[in-house]
Amino acid sequence: MGNVIGIGAAPKRKEDQRFLTGRGNYVSDIKRAGMTSGVFVRSPHGHAVLRGIDKSAALASPGIIAVLTGDDVKADGLGGLPCGWGISDAKGVPMKEPPFPMLAQSKVRFVGDMVAFVIAETPEQANAAAELLAVDYEVLPSVVGVLEAVRPNAPQLFDDVPNNICCDWELGDKAAVETAFRKAAHVAKLSLVNNRLIGNPMEPRAAIAEYEPGTDRFTLWTTSQFPHVVRFLMGALVLNIPQHKLRVVAPDVGGGFGVKQFHYGEEAVITWAAKRVKRPIKWVASRSEGYVSDRHGRDHVTEAELALDENGKFLAFRVNTLANMGGYLSTFGPNIPTNLYGPLLGGVYTTPAIYCNVKVVFTNTVPVDAYRGAGRPEATFVLERIVDVAASEMGIDRVEIRRRNMIPKDAYPYQTPVLVQYDSGDPMGCLDGALVAADVKNFGVRKAASASKGKFRGLGYSTYVEACGLAPSRFAGRLGARGGLYESATVRVHPTGQVTVMIGTHNHGQGHETTFAQIVSDKLGVAFDDVDIVFGDTDRVQFGMGTYGSRSLVVGGAALSKATDKVIAKGKKIASHLLEAAEVDIQFESGKFSVAGTDRMKTFEEIAGAAYVPHNYPLEVLEPGLEEQAYYDPVNFTYPGGCHIAEVEIDPETGTVMLVNYTAVDDVGTVINPMIVEGQLHGGIVQGVGQALFENAVYDEGSGQLLSGSLMDYCMPRADHMPMMKVATHSTLCTHTPMGVKGCGEVGTIGSPAAVINAVVDALSHLGVTHVDMPATPNRIWRLLQNASLPAAAE
Amino acid sequence: MQISFTLNGRPTTIEVEAATLVAELLREQLNLTGTHIGCDTSQCGACVVHLNGLPVKSCTLLAPTLDGATLLTIEGLQGAPGSNQMHPMQEAFREHHGLQCGFCTPGMLMTAIALATEKKDLTEADVRHGLEGNICRCTGYQNIVISVMAGAAAMNAAKGE
Repeated sequence: MGNVIGIGAAPKRKEDQRFLTGRGNYVSDIKRAGMTSGVFVRSPHGHAVLRGIDKSAALASPGIIAVLTGDDVKADGLGGLPCGWGISDAKGVPMKEPPFPMLAQSKVRFVGDMVAFVIAETPEQANAAAELLAVDYEVLPSVVGVLEAVRPNAPQLFDDVPNNICCDWELGDKAAVETAFRKAAHVAKLSLVNNRLIGNPMEPRAAIAEYEPGTDRFTLWTTSQFPHVVRFLMGALVLNIPQHKLRVVAPDVGGGFGVKQFHYGEEAVITWAAKRVKRPIKWVASRSEGYVSDRHGRDHVTEAELALDENGKFLAFRVNTLANMGGYLSTFGPNIPTNLYGPLLGGVYTTPAIYCNVKVVFTNTVPVDAYRGAGRPEATFVLERIVDVAASEMGIDRVEIRRRNMIPKDAYPYQTPVLVQYDSGDPMGCLDGALVAADVKNFGVRKAASASKGKFRGLGYSTYVEACGLAPSRFAGRLGARGGLYESATVRVHPTGQVTVMIGTHNHGQGHETTFAQIVSDKLGVAFDDVDIVFGDTDRVQFGMGTYGSRSLVVGGAALSKATDKVIAKGKKIASHLLEAAEVDIQFESGKFSVAGTDRMKTFEEIAGAAYVPHNYPLEVLEPGLEEQAYYDPVNFTYPGGCHIAEVEIDPETGTVMLVNYTAVDDVGTVINPMIVEGQLHGGIVQGVGQALFENAVYDEGSGQLLSGSLMDYCMPRADHMPMMKVATHSTLCTHTPMGVKGCGEVGTIGSPAAVINAVVDALSHLGVTHVDMPATPNRIWRLLQNASLPAAAE
Repeated sequence: MQISFTLNGRPTTIEVEAATLVAELLREQLNLTGTHIGCDTSQCGACVVHLNGLPVKSCTLLAPTLDGATLLTIEGLQGAPGSNQMHPMQEAFREHHGLQCGFCTPGMLMTAIALATEKKDLTEADVRHGLEGNICRCTGYQNIVISVMAGAAAMNAAKGE
C-alpha cells in the first residue's frame, strides 16, 4: 500500500507520465476504422450575400464522399447554435438574438464563417475537393470595430438589429453616481481599448464523429472543456439526438483557456454528417483555421470616470463600454462583457456608487466569447488604470491611494454596490506582502541604474479581486443563464478499497488527476496511487458542467468532497454493524473506522470488502456496495484576488519594453497542491503579459480581413520574453466552499495586464504620458516617444 | 517511393508519397502520435524531433529526405539502460512541473535535450533563447526553464559517470 498524500502536499502529477512519453491521447491522435476526412469551406469575405453554391466540380473530385451546405441543414430541419445566456436591457427588453446557423444560410458575417463541409477519403482529397467548390458571393462592406459599428449608416449585419446593438445593458445606481460626481473634488477620466485576443491553446481544435446504425448511437470526440454541455446543447437543441443516444468524449485536450468551452458549429456539422455518410469523419483544424474560427476574447472600447473627494477617497465610478460580440452570439458571448464585467468594477475598494453601461455590438468578426479571465481582466484593467490616473492627477502616491480606499480585512463579508458580496479577503495583506517581495523600497536605485544606461524604468501595481467558481445557479439564473452551473462527482470504492472518481469537470492541463486524488486520499485515508480520476466522457461520467471560470476545484472539488463525505457516512453505518456499536460512537480517521474510546476498529479496505461481500451486513437497513454521488451548487461566487507588481525597462531607441521583474501575491484560499497552484499563477500571468505587451487580433476595417491570422503575425509570449517571476500566496479562506478554496486558474491573467501597463506608463510619466493602450509594442512606444520631447535623463 | 531509415534505434523501411511531411509520416503512417502538430507556419515547435542528432521541426521536412538518416522521436527517449526511469530530461520536467496540458511537451523535451547536448553549462539566458522556437501556452515557461536546467545538469552528471 502506498502513501496517503493529502491537502497541502505537492506530489508529482499523475498525468505527467503519458504526456512526457508521447502517449497522450488527444483527439487528433485517434483513428477509427473506415475513417474519412472532413474539411470546412469558410467565407473569405467579412460580409457577403451567399448567392449560391455549385457543388458539381467538387462532387466530381477524386475520393469525394459528400458536400454539405446550409441548404442541406435547412432541408433536414435542423436548428442553429444556441446561446447559453439571455441578457436584457434596463427596461427588461431581451437582447437581440439572431439565428446562428451551423452552416451559413443566405449570408456570411465574418471571415471564417462556415459555408460547406466537404468529406473525402483522405485529407488531401478533401482539401482538393474543397478548392473546387464554387461559392458565389455578393460582397458587402464589413464593419469590424465597435465604434464604427454603432455609427449611423454603418453596414448592418442583421435586418432586425438596428445599429448592430445586441443589447444596451446597464448595472448600478445611475442617479447615485451622478449625485456623487456633482460633489466630487476631483474627477479622473480615461479612455481605453481592451485589445482583442486569440486564445491559442497549443492543440488546435479537432473532432471525430461516428454513427453506429446497429444501436442508433452517435459518438463525438471533441476538443472540449465541457463534453456534457456539448451533448446537451448539440443533442437537445441543434440536432435533436436524444441524450442517451449521444456520447461526447473529450479525451486529453491540449489547453483550453476558454477557446474550447463553447459548442461550435463544427461539432454539430460533423456529427450530423457522420450519419449521412455512414462512416466516421475526422476534422482537425490548422492553426490558421483556428485563428478565423476559434472564438476570440476581450475587444472593448471604454470611457471611464472616477469621482474622488479631496483626500483621494473614491466617491463613484462610471463606466461606459462598447463590447464586440463578433458576427453571432457564441455560447457564453453576451454574458462576458456584462455579468462578468460590471459586478467586478468595485474591485478591492469601498467605492459606494458604481454605474456601468455596456453596449453589446455585432461586427463582421469571429464571435467573441470567454477567454481566460473573461470580463474580469477587462474590469480590472479599467479600474486599476484609472486609479493610477487619479493618483497621478491628485499627486497622491499610487500605493497610498489604494490603501485609502481598500476594503479592510475586518469589513468582510463586504457587499459591493454592484450585486456581488465578497465573503473574505485581505487585499492590504496581499499588497504589503507584494511590496516586500518586489523590493519596492530599492526601486529608486534600480531606476537610477537603468537611467545610467539610457533606459526608462517603471513600476506598476494592480490590486484586484475577481469572481470565480462559476456559479451559483440561482444567481446565474437571475442574470440570464439558461442552464445550471453546479458540478457533480461520483466516488466509486472498489471491493479492494481502491477508488475511482467520476467528475464532471475537465482536465486539460490543470492537474485535476492529481489535485482531486489528493482530496480523496486526504479524506478517506487511502493511498494517493489508489485513486484515479475519470473525466471527459459522457458515457462514463454521470453529468457535469465542465471546466471554465476557475470552477473545477471550487465547484467540482466541493462535489467531490461531498460525495466522499457520503462514503464515510455509509462506511460508518457498515462499521457500526460489524463492530456492534452505535453509529454515533463510530469515528473515522486516517482510513480507520473505530468505536470511540476502544481499540475496536475496521480498516477502510475491510469496510469496502464487507460492502461488496455482504455475508455479515445490515442488509435490512443498507444496500450493498460503496459508491456515492453528489451534486454541488455553490451559494456564492468565490473571490480570489491579490496584488501584482510589474517592473519594466524601456529602451527609448527602439521602444522595446522588457519586463524585468514580476511579483504576485495572491489570495486563492486553501491551497491543495502548491506546485500546481504556482504553475497556474505562472501561466496566467504570462497570458496577461501577452495581452499587455504582445498580442493583438487586428481586422481590416472595410474588408473584414483578419490581419493577424497566424503565429507569424500574432505575437505569442516566448520563453525569452519573461524574467523569473516571484509568486506567493497570502490566503484567507473562502467561507462557503467545503475546503475554503477560491480557485486559481484565472487570477494571473486578471491581475497582470494592469500591472504591466501601469509600469509602462510609470516609466514614461516624466514625458507626460498618462496612458498607453495594449499591447505596448515597440512600434507603439517608439511612436509615442517620437511625439514626446525626450528629456536629458535618457541620454 | 520507398525509404529506409533508423527510427528510434530500429531499421525502418516504408513506402511514402513525395509530398508527405515527416510529422505526417510519423503520426499517420507509423502511429507515433507523440510528435504533435500545433501550427502550419513552423512557429510552435510541438513537432520537434532529432534528425541525425540535431533538432528539426518535422512539419517542415519532407519524408523522402529521411532516406538513410537516423531519426529520434519522443517515443524513442530512454533513461539509463536497465533502469525504470525515463530520460533525465523527462524526469526533470516531471520533478519541476514543466508541463501542464502536455501538448507542447514532446517538442519542448526534444529541443531541451538538443540544447543540453550542444552546450555543457547552460545559463538561464541560454535556455530561454534556446526555447525561442517552442511555444507553450500553459506554463509561462518558468518551470520549463527550471526543468531544462535541472535536466541538463542530470544529463551532464550521467555523462560524467
